[in-house]
Amino acid sequence: MFTAATLAILATMLLTIVRALLGPSIYDRILAVNSFGTKTVLLIAVFGFLTGRPDFLDIALVYALVNFVGTIAVLKFFEYDDLGSGAYQDDDF
Amino acid sequence: MLFIVNTLSWILILVGSVFLVAGAVGLIRMPDLYTRLHAASVTDTGAMILLLSGLMLQAAFVFQNPLALIKLFLILFFTLFTAPTASHALAKTALLGKLMPKDSAGNDLLPSADHVRQLADSSRPDP
Repeated sequence: MFTAATLAILATMLLTIVRALLGPSIYDRILAVNSFGTKTVLLIAVFGFLTGRPDFLDIALVYALVNFVGTIAVLKFFEYDDLGSGAYQDDDF
Repeated sequence: MLFIVNTLSWILILVGSVFLVAGAVGLIRMPDLYTRLHAASVTDTGAMILLLSGLMLQAAFVFQNPLALIKLFLILFFTLFTAPTASHALAKTALLGKLMPKDSAGNDLLPSADHVRQLADSSRPDP
């Protein structure tokens, strides 16, 4: 059961990589990388069950969060051409 | 009892894999970024919910490991909040990056890029 899920996830990862390479616009590539990340979360969780190691789920949890933060950071960089200058705006205090 | 749990998680995991493959194929075949966003979120939500609930069943009854059950629930909980946010942020950035959505006939769905810019700037706090 877990091997079937693992093979399905690996197959879809290949398709996501194809989209990442083909993607005409950079946003397609970000989408493919983000989707690849969530598939990795699933792969780690299922593989943890396949090998009977429940502590893989911590890694999957952390990976899910880091993947989200990474995607948002890249998007912020593309939208504002800057990751925040850090300068205080007048309404900060 | 164990037989029911195994068949149920088999079904959940198989349907989850179907969602996974459907989303990935949609990611390849969809013509436009915005339609691909839909395909990607099919995997983010559909496959995630089904696969992780299949694993939850396994963790709860077969492996009798409540900690793994809680962790699986947390992964599901966080992913269901972060995946739509990421998709929204990506669509907003793409729209502001002048990637105009087109319908199947190829004509624009939005009047123009600076119309989109005005919409965004009107809602954005002035820096």
